[in-house]
Amino acid sequence: MDELLQEFIAETRETLDALSGEVVAWEADPTDRARLDSIFRFVHTVKGSCGFLDLPRLARLSHAAEDVLAAVRDGGRIPDTALVNAVLAIIDRIGELVEAIDAGVSLEDSSEDLLIAALAENAAPVAVTATAPQARSHSRSVRLGVDLLDRMMSGMSEMVLARNDLARRLREGDCDPRMEAALERLSLTVADMRETVTRTRMQTIDTLFSAVPRLVRDTAAELGKTVVLSIEGGDVELDREMIELMRDPLVHVIRNSIDHGIEAPADRAAAGKPMAGLMTVSARQSGNQILIDITDDGRGIDTDRLVAKARDQRLMPEEALRALSEDARCELVFHPGLSSRDTVTATSGRGVGMDIVRANVEHIGGRVILSNRPGKGLAVTLRVPLTLSILTTIIVAAGGQQFALARQSVDEIVKVRSNQVRIDRIGGVTMATVRGERLPVVGLSELLGLGVAAIDTLVLVSTRDGSYALAVDEVIDSEELVIKPAAPAVMATGVYAGQTLPDNGRPMLLLDGAGVATRAGLVFDRIAAIAPDETEAAADEKRGLLFDDLDGHRRVVPLAVIDRVETVPVAAIRFTAGRLRLASGDALVPVHATAAMAPDTTVSLLRLTDGAVDIAYAIGDAIEIVALPRDIAPAQGAGVIAGVVMIADEQVEVIDVHALFAATAGPSSGAQPLCLLHADAGGWMTNFLKPVIEASGYRCVTRLAPGETAAVALAMSDGGADRTGSAAPLVTLRAEREPTGPRDESIYRYDREALQAALMRSREAMV
Amino acid sequence: MSEQYLMARIADRPVAIPTAQVESVIDLGDILPAPLAPPQVRGLVAIRSRVVTVIDTEVALGLPRSVHDRRRAVITAVDGHHYAILVESLDEVETLVAQPLSSGLVLGDGWRDCATGIVEHGGEPMLVLDLSAWIPAAALAA
Repeated sequence: MDELLQEFIAETRETLDALSGEVVAWEADPTDRARLDSIFRFVHTVKGSCGFLDLPRLARLSHAAEDVLAAVRDGGRIPDTALVNAVLAIIDRIGELVEAIDAGVSLEDSSEDLLIAALAENAAPVAVTATAPQARSHSRSVRLGVDLLDRMMSGMSEMVLARNDLARRLREGDCDPRMEAALERLSLTVADMRETVTRTRMQTIDTLFSAVPRLVRDTAAELGKTVVLSIEGGDVELDREMIELMRDPLVHVIRNSIDHGIEAPADRAAAGKPMAGLMTVSARQSGNQILIDITDDGRGIDTDRLVAKARDQRLMPEEALRALSEDARCELVFHPGLSSRDTVTATSGRGVGMDIVRANVEHIGGRVILSNRPGKGLAVTLRVPLTLSILTTIIVAAGGQQFALARQSVDEIVKVRSNQVRIDRIGGVTMATVRGERLPVVGLSELLGLGVAAIDTLVLVSTRDGSYALAVDEVIDSEELVIKPAAPAVMATGVYAGQTLPDNGRPMLLLDGAGVATRAGLVFDRIAAIAPDETEAAADEKRGLLFDDLDGHRRVVPLAVIDRVETVPVAAIRFTAGRLRLASGDALVPVHATAAMAPDTTVSLLRLTDGAVDIAYAIGDAIEIVALPRDIAPAQGAGVIAGVVMIADEQVEVIDVHALFAATAGPSSGAQPLCLLHADAGGWMTNFLKPVIEASGYRCVTRLAPGETAAVALAMSDGGADRTGSAAPLVTLRAEREPTGPRDESIYRYDREALQAALMRSREAMV
Repeated sequence: MSEQYLMARIADRPVAIPTAQVESVIDLGDILPAPLAPPQVRGLVAIRSRVVTVIDTEVALGLPRSVHDRRRAVITAVDGHHYAILVESLDEVETLVAQPLSSGLVLGDGWRDCATGIVEHGGEPMLVLDLSAWIPAAALAA
């Protein structure tokens, strides 16, 4: 936070310096649109940063100024002298406050209301008492042009290559050990420098996320929806250039989510969801990739409607449509011209959107992954590499030559010899069947005119349009390479995405997976060529995550229930209120652990979800993803263990996720009946009673929201509260131990058993 | 209007290359082919941590690919990319005056595109070349 604050101070201070000229010019000519715009931008930026940095006073000032300036921009206000003065007074005040924050002194805020009041129309001009400027403290940061950083970065790449060249030449001849030591030192320095220079290009993803709250608020307001936003992982670092390129796709996905995903409040209430939609935008790093998740709890993608539309627009043959898997149906949303909404809105629903998102993300070497839970929400994951300039590649050999292939376009590498793969020649084309999926085979060396080779190794390449199997002589290595564009004549072949110089000093061409498919004349029309019975078999095959549990046993859990695996400090998990709980953001997640965790360390957590409830399972080590055998030897009353399977000749316990959720998760929030408390004046109900009722699985409110019905209502016999407006059975509580008369059906307020029995009766009556 | 020219031989003909176009002169190492690229693109070569595209001048001139394994090349930069133009041999740099191509002089196919004038050196006329004319443009190459 300190770092961000320093950055904010430096930036504001610098803009203020630059702005002083603009301010004077605007004062001289208030109609000057360009000046107005730059002042507006300034207060807007300050406002944005303040919200994030929690500087309420600055936020208030800048917000007020922004509103007025926005009105001026829209022509709603005339920039007269009074208004100009008032805005300038606020800008001055922002400057003073920033200096005060930097110097760590407080500034009395008595006059700020006056400053803001002065912005109002017809406000009396205020005499502003300027505070004495504080001495500036020395800044520890320097702002640099992006060009300079880019030049540093490319210089660094050259340096790495030059070092590799030198190393290679030294290896060729007999080398003096002293020379080798010097080279070793150089290598270390170069590696260190490379890391440092790379970091100068990194920014926290907060620069991208800071605009999200406003975007969500505005979009939701536009559509008459309420959305509760939670942002996580803002401190993840990403290449600056990447952040810029991610901006549009992110905005698009968020707007789409609010428009298409999250339902109108009334629909949500009808579906038994909270009125306010929940949206989570989070970022996390996984290897050298960044995953940005945009999750909502809306209606998800209506795949039936998508398919119907695809049929209307004759996107593909009927039988192909019918053969689509659920995932493939979902992916139709990426088809240009298909938008699942029937009506066109100003926000989205024009049918241009997801296809562009996907194109943009793939352009920078990323992928868009959808995880659709119809009726329950949609999670869109944007998976992008950390930086643009360094690419993780797979090196393949074909026709005696080596080529690189971007790692993210490679799904899998299979050997033809393995029994999972079958090669068929049908009508002059070669086809590979890999686990029930038929893929066209492209022989790389034949395609490139390097001769015909026997099919030995297949690299399964996925492109935007479809997947294919690229036959190569061998897969050599995986390497991180600095990719540069090749000469136009070489790029024009369409099969290359760039050139690179690996450490061995021999130039190499980077293949373009989609270009190779085009060159090979592949046409993808998404025909799922799986025979029906094979489909069933494939669908039946479940996969699981194999892991070592905390107690040392090896166990497996179905992959479908795993939301993610994360590492958290053990300190974040506490034994509170009878069970282990993880504090995750604002929420508490129940944790299941089979053994004690060592304090002051971190632990891996499987975050499991059944769609509505999240729980966490603390594990020792995740091992790998395996196919879950169908034969399970049932457990003999072993708690959350469903049984035992054989995986790789080893007995592995299968987690019974049903029992796990039953044992770990508390009452589900979705299905909680509502208990209306006719609150008494003393607050006894909310303070004493509410926790008891909530522990019995009820959700307590003191007032019904429109559209809600209570399952039961509670009132004090002497409460005197308004008990009308609810058709729910009423349970009356009295303060006295003994009933006041024979017809007194009320319950003594500390008689817990009677109270719970009454609640139970009302619940049965409801059913 | 005198200019400096690098004297060279390409496809058995003496030529003059304006030194302004020449970044360096080098003997190339191993050339890595670039499959599917236009025929005059001989391949790629690494020169001082930079990947350079090699242009076979004889193929560019429409002649059959030379049996000689030529390694000597002139490095030139066009549109931010570096190219190595293969030459038969290189001579010294001379300051000469270029004259326009004589009217009525019809050059052979390949030469017509790249010649911009004539210089006389040692009593022998030689063509002045524009190296960039040999670089296959992206649009044409496909």
